[in-house]
Amino acid sequence: MSELIAGWPILSILTFLPAAGALWILAARGPMSGQNPGFDRGVKLIALIVTIATFVVSLFAFAAFDPNGEGFQLVENIPWALGAAYRLGVDQVSMSLILLTTFLTPICILASWTIEKQVSAYMILFLVLETLMIGVFCAMDIILFYLFFEGGLIPMFILIGVWGGSNRVYAAFKFFLYTLLGSLLMLVAIVAMIGIAGTSSIPELLAYAESTGFDPNLQIWLWLAFFASFAVKLPMWPVHTWLPDAHVEAPTAASVVLAAILLKMGGYGFLRFSLPMMPDASHFFTPFVFTLSVIAIVWASLVAFRQVDIKKLIAYSSVAHMGFVTLGLFSGTEQGIQGAIFQMLSHGVISGALFLCVGVVYDRMHTREIACYGGLVNRMPVYAAIFMLFTLGNVGLPGTSGFPGEILTMLGAFQINAWFAAIAATGVILSAVYALTLYRKVAFGNIENPKLDAITDLDGREWVMFVPLVIATLVMGLAPAYVLDFTAPSAQALSQAYLGAAP
Amino acid sequence: MMSPMQDLMASLPLAYPELLLVGFALVGAVIGAWGGDKTFGFLSGVGALVIASAGLWAIADRPEAAAELFQGAMVADGFGVFAKALIGLSAAATMLLGADHFRTINEKRFEYPVMVALAVTGMFVMVSAQDLITLYVGVELQSLAAYVLAAWRRDDARSSESGLKYFVLSAISSGLLLFGASFVYGFTGSVRFDAIASAAAEGAGGVGLTFGLVLMLCALGFKMSAAPFHMWTPDVYEGAPTPVTAFFAAAPKVAAVALMTRVLYDPFAAIEAQWQQVVVALSAISMVWGSFGALLQSNLKRLMAYSSIANMGFVLMGIASGAERGPAAALIYLALYLPATIGIFALILAMRRAGHAVETVGDIAGLAQRRPWMASMFTMLLFSVAGIPPFAGFIGKLLVFTAAVDAGLIWLAVVGAIAAVIAAAYYLRLLSTIWFSPPAAALQPASGTIVFTATTAAVLTFPVLVFVLGFLERWADWAVSRSF
Repeated sequence: MSELIAGWPILSILTFLPAAGALWILAARGPMSGQNPGFDRGVKLIALIVTIATFVVSLFAFAAFDPNGEGFQLVENIPWALGAAYRLGVDQVSMSLILLTTFLTPICILASWTIEKQVSAYMILFLVLETLMIGVFCAMDIILFYLFFEGGLIPMFILIGVWGGSNRVYAAFKFFLYTLLGSLLMLVAIVAMIGIAGTSSIPELLAYAESTGFDPNLQIWLWLAFFASFAVKLPMWPVHTWLPDAHVEAPTAASVVLAAILLKMGGYGFLRFSLPMMPDASHFFTPFVFTLSVIAIVWASLVAFRQVDIKKLIAYSSVAHMGFVTLGLFSGTEQGIQGAIFQMLSHGVISGALFLCVGVVYDRMHTREIACYGGLVNRMPVYAAIFMLFTLGNVGLPGTSGFPGEILTMLGAFQINAWFAAIAATGVILSAVYALTLYRKVAFGNIENPKLDAITDLDGREWVMFVPLVIATLVMGLAPAYVLDFTAPSAQALSQAYLGAAP
Repeated sequence: MMSPMQDLMASLPLAYPELLLVGFALVGAVIGAWGGDKTFGFLSGVGALVIASAGLWAIADRPEAAAELFQGAMVADGFGVFAKALIGLSAAATMLLGADHFRTINEKRFEYPVMVALAVTGMFVMVSAQDLITLYVGVELQSLAAYVLAAWRRDDARSSESGLKYFVLSAISSGLLLFGASFVYGFTGSVRFDAIASAAAEGAGGVGLTFGLVLMLCALGFKMSAAPFHMWTPDVYEGAPTPVTAFFAAAPKVAAVALMTRVLYDPFAAIEAQWQQVVVALSAISMVWGSFGALLQSNLKRLMAYSSIANMGFVLMGIASGAERGPAAALIYLALYLPATIGIFALILAMRRAGHAVETVGDIAGLAQRRPWMASMFTMLLFSVAGIPPFAGFIGKLLVFTAAVDAGLIWLAVVGAIAAVIAAAYYLRLLSTIWFSPPAAALQPASGTIVFTATTAAVLTFPVLVFVLGFLERWADWAVSRSF
């Protein structure tokens, strides 16, 4: 399959195919704008076709990618202005995150089938968002990375603000301004790094960090500036407060993208920049990050337990799960980093699926309050089974994809500091407490709310949405080696360089 | 030594752009006096053409090395040429907006194109000034024409008020400029920039020279509406007719920035340590004040006034950052900022309801549902001015941040970053009104010229930029390397 695409700029095609789809919709909408149900259907279909095509292209890229290769592959390099260049390339970590993105986006489009308001604008924004997300993971130039990284705020802002819930404008503002403040501080640090290293290419910056290294005192400031951006994005306690608001107000598909992919940009940033480029500062700040991580795990789990809104509960559980990611990453051990990458991918699938589960009942009942539900298993047996699987995945039950990530990050952290690992382990118990309680309240018992009497089980579209996610969860849970072997070269290289640079 | 006549003959070809403008202003005044206001459309069209071609001529006929004109009163060099091109193109664009707008509201008076041409002449003189006298003449020529333009709708109380306010406050700043210039002259013994530069390099003048420079900086800060000399800006922006406001927001800003850069890097290059602190302070105050001030505005034009104050703060950050990167960064920042700001004003003009252009933020509520195209353009332009990637304004911010960090002004860059977040809040407020609010009453269809201008500006903010930026960068580097 890889001969087929030899010599093609496969990553550019992959990145800009969704944007081309957006232009397609734009071109089609000219003569046919207005309230036209048939046209809206066509727009949804175009978006679905384009995102599926993007997924196929990403499979081609995956086929052309050498899993054992070192460094960046499928490189494209076109000089641009300002000393920056249009450089694309992927390594194992970014490739897996790209696959996650392209895999989830068609499912998101399916989940958006019930949208009725300004459909073409919605789909255009969604496709642009996919371009920007793929671009973040493909970019091999730090300026280009920043362009994609921050550009993603714009479509998300409008998606939340127009199609969100009742308090959507507040949530959209909070989301945008929180992330922007972090990003702009990072921009100043990026500018300083380019000035010192004399290049904006990420591989060259990595090489510079390895050979010469940035001045350790300066690293502290650079690290803090990057941390300001990625910690907000991830999000880490205590700068996570935008997340529950944004999640609750966002439309279902936007929640899925937010939880499954946008949050991963923070983890990806730590992995790509903070750890390898500022190893001294990362070592220096490890206790700080560990502390924040375990606070996030324990505290967010406790807060999640007290939520009355299903989406908010899942949002807080995301904060807790991201705590495992930072715990694993900053342990610097191979297990820890492997676990963090795995946890990011697994959380992408599971939290995305959980938000879709909420979307299913929200579309029928138009409420997210836990108290309004109960006894769904009597009317929606298939739904209850699927929801059960993802709930257990969220808890980290062995056999689901939630387990390997959590165990590996704790293993990694244990080698650095046993206490932190021990506290983090209580998070696993707490996650069972809130997740199973939620499940019991929503699915089990008798139907108390008379409105639930007429609720219907999954329809065909929803089946199509959930089946790939169920398969992904089970495959990653039962055969984690597929993923772990794939990401191993990157994780090993990173871990060796990082631990080798230990002061 | 050339005789005065020889010098004049040698200088004239290099001053063709200025001569072209003056020629148009004089002939246009005669044609207008003869033909009355019927000639408004014709004169406006020709005027826009003349102004644009004067700017382009400057670029096409650029001198390889800096050449003195009129016995050293002016200079033709890369920096001036770059600024003239920006001024010419932006003034021509706003002139077209004005021609269209005044036809719509039936305020067709032939003096409009003549006044704009005179103002542009003043700006051309400003950016190529090589002694204090030329500098003052250029500034005054530009300002006098601008007062008239601000008060263009003489039956409208707000427009008259805006003209008067502009005149009174601007006169004070001109006084400061003269006062400062006389100090400089007194302590260095010359009005010529090269003589001042060598005197300053020898350490002549001391505190007196610095005092004069600071007074001049205050006056120039006033002209480019840098805080704390910005007080006139919101009132004048609000009161003046919208195309005139667009004009104020574009061309005169370039002229003032170019003039300040030249004054600082040419005659006063030797005392950079003294003026840098002042420019840094102006920059920080403008960014913060502009951003906070705009948060409270409900009038679109006042909001844009504060936005321009904040943006001038970013330009000043470039100017403060030393000759190596600073001036080029400031120039590119302006080149990217101008189309966006002109585009926004064009959109404001395009949105008319019951015979009046929209005024408040509430008037544009729900635009995305009424006019999705217009709303999309507005979104692109606002994000560009806010400096959010992937739009053009981001590149400008990136460049001035780079310049500042390289010059060791990291804290200024951090202040800029925080100010940009605050600024983003009010741009987002506009956007949320456009996208998230239920639609206000229907709008009248907009005229072709205005829509064309807005579309061009929107296209310039992103898709074209990717290909043009490399040229722009080379041009700016060329302009600066041939000048300082």
